[in-house]
Amino acid sequence: MSTASVAVEPRIRQRRRRQTQARIVKYALLVFAAVVVLLPVYVLLVASFKGGGEADPSRAWSLPHVWSIDAWRQAWNGEQYGLLPFLKNSLKLVIPATLISTMLGSLNGFVLSRWRFPGSDIVFLFLLFGMFIPYQAVMIPLSQIFIDVHFPEGIPRLVFAHIVYGIPITTLIFRSYYATIPEDLIEAARMDRAGMLRTYWSVVLPVSAPAFVVTAIWQFTSIWNDFLFAVFLITDPAQWPVTVALNNTTGSLVTPYNVQMAAALIASLPTLVVYIALGRYFMRGLMAGALKG
Amino acid sequence: MRKIRRWGPGLLLVSPSIVLVAVFVYGLIGWNVKVSFSDWRQAVQTSGFDTSAYRELFPSASAGQVWDFLTAVVTGNQPDSLNTDPAWVIDLHHALLFTVAFVLGALIVGASLAFLLDKGVAGEGMFRAIYLFPMAVSFIAAGVVWRWLMNPAEGDRLTGFNLLFHKMGLGFLGNQWYLGPTWGAAALAIPAVWALSGYIMALYLAGFRGVPEELREAARMDGASEWRVYRHVVFPHLTPVTLSALIILGHISVKVFDLIVAIGGKQLITQTPAVYMWILIYDARDYAKGAAIATLLLIGISVLVIPYLVYTVRSERNV
Repeated sequence: MSTASVAVEPRIRQRRRRQTQARIVKYALLVFAAVVVLLPVYVLLVASFKGGGEADPSRAWSLPHVWSIDAWRQAWNGEQYGLLPFLKNSLKLVIPATLISTMLGSLNGFVLSRWRFPGSDIVFLFLLFGMFIPYQAVMIPLSQIFIDVHFPEGIPRLVFAHIVYGIPITTLIFRSYYATIPEDLIEAARMDRAGMLRTYWSVVLPVSAPAFVVTAIWQFTSIWNDFLFAVFLITDPAQWPVTVALNNTTGSLVTPYNVQMAAALIASLPTLVVYIALGRYFMRGLMAGALKG
Repeated sequence: MRKIRRWGPGLLLVSPSIVLVAVFVYGLIGWNVKVSFSDWRQAVQTSGFDTSAYRELFPSASAGQVWDFLTAVVTGNQPDSLNTDPAWVIDLHHALLFTVAFVLGALIVGASLAFLLDKGVAGEGMFRAIYLFPMAVSFIAAGVVWRWLMNPAEGDRLTGFNLLFHKMGLGFLGNQWYLGPTWGAAALAIPAVWALSGYIMALYLAGFRGVPEELREAARMDGASEWRVYRHVVFPHLTPVTLSALIILGHISVKVFDLIVAIGGKQLITQTPAVYMWILIYDARDYAKGAAIATLLLIGISVLVIPYLVYTVRSERNV
């Protein structure tokens, strides 16, 4: 008995020591990964707060000697590089497009999960495919059709495009969400002879807030960050959303790199703020879109 | 009749969306295919049917040409005798390198991070939030900083990662990044891995956590080491997650556009099919060829996605 416990004890201690070592390695790896992920943010911040004279490549990784907001000012509303008008364009685009496509998604998702009709699964699949197509495959005819029907130029075209091509993902998120509403609730409303819209309005809509937040965040982020539609559909530079303006500013070799970095930060702030404030919902949208990329 | 009353309104409510998607997804895809078979190759278009755009994108049907084409796509070296559009062959080579580097990189990094987080660590929420944040940033904004980080300049102009390596005494790691003649396209995958690994991590973490604890416990009771629990119980459960991740990454890879434009602009050395399509339309006004490339992108993605969609909807029905 006593000999056995003598033999066992060092083994337990050994195992414990190995566990501690494993834990240290684990945390070291996690911290290292976090540092690597945040490295670009460090570079962006440090560079954006350097004055023009300090923007020398050999000192790129060091903190600014003198903290200056000059680059931020230039990137915000400077004469040459100011992003402000384009931020306004992006807002004019993202707000209506997000609201309308979220509403549409909610109605579609409700019908396709809780007020189904024969063939509704096939309709869902039919809609869903639209989420995966490379938008290049519709871009030439799309810009042509806008010209042919004299659709109002500029931002309205982008709003329309984002609403149409947002139908699949918004429908998907709401459909999965509504599938979790107990069938009894819907049946009870039906028993009370409530019609479809009444059921939607008084039973479904009141419990939809989380899905609205998830979908709106998803749409806001992807529309704000979109570049492809904007670059194909907007011909007038005054109507550019901020992504196109940013690419244009930073693509030029003459733009000082501290201004480039400040501009990139400014263009990313809205989506970053949303992410930081509502990250939980952002995450849920991602998981709902696990069908999507 | 009563039945119609029951489901009619639903169909009516969804019908605007059905019509919009029918016209703007399926209808325009059809139109695009039509353009790709037209002779709309400069500003003017006659009504003729023309396959010349595709003939520039595919090797002619001789065994020698097909073989040369395939080896050129894989190796990046084109023999002069090859009669396909040289830029397109380079694009495909870049797409291949990028895809392999990006898909493997994001899968390995994402799955490893999820594995490290799986058993619960202090500050898990914070780590997750950090790993996922690149998903909220546009490729254009990310491209600004990554272009600088991967700056290939040498000597006095040394900067970005190369400067960091130099300062850390790791100067031998310095390289030309995305402007490297051989592996440039793979270097372009680095920012893409940075952007998507967090997402893949989240997918795998959900996958790990979806494995019933009783299964793990049972294996432990049988005396399995923690590693063997993963090897024989957890990992086999992750096949569907891996499949989703592969589809998501693969389809992002096929259409990658913003990131390339933000980092490399229109240079041939970083060009991918989607970027070439843009150049063809904006600079060369070659609509037929642009449409042909767009059609090929669509086919590439459909091959990946359609079986996956059908599979997903089927398994949903079985639940």
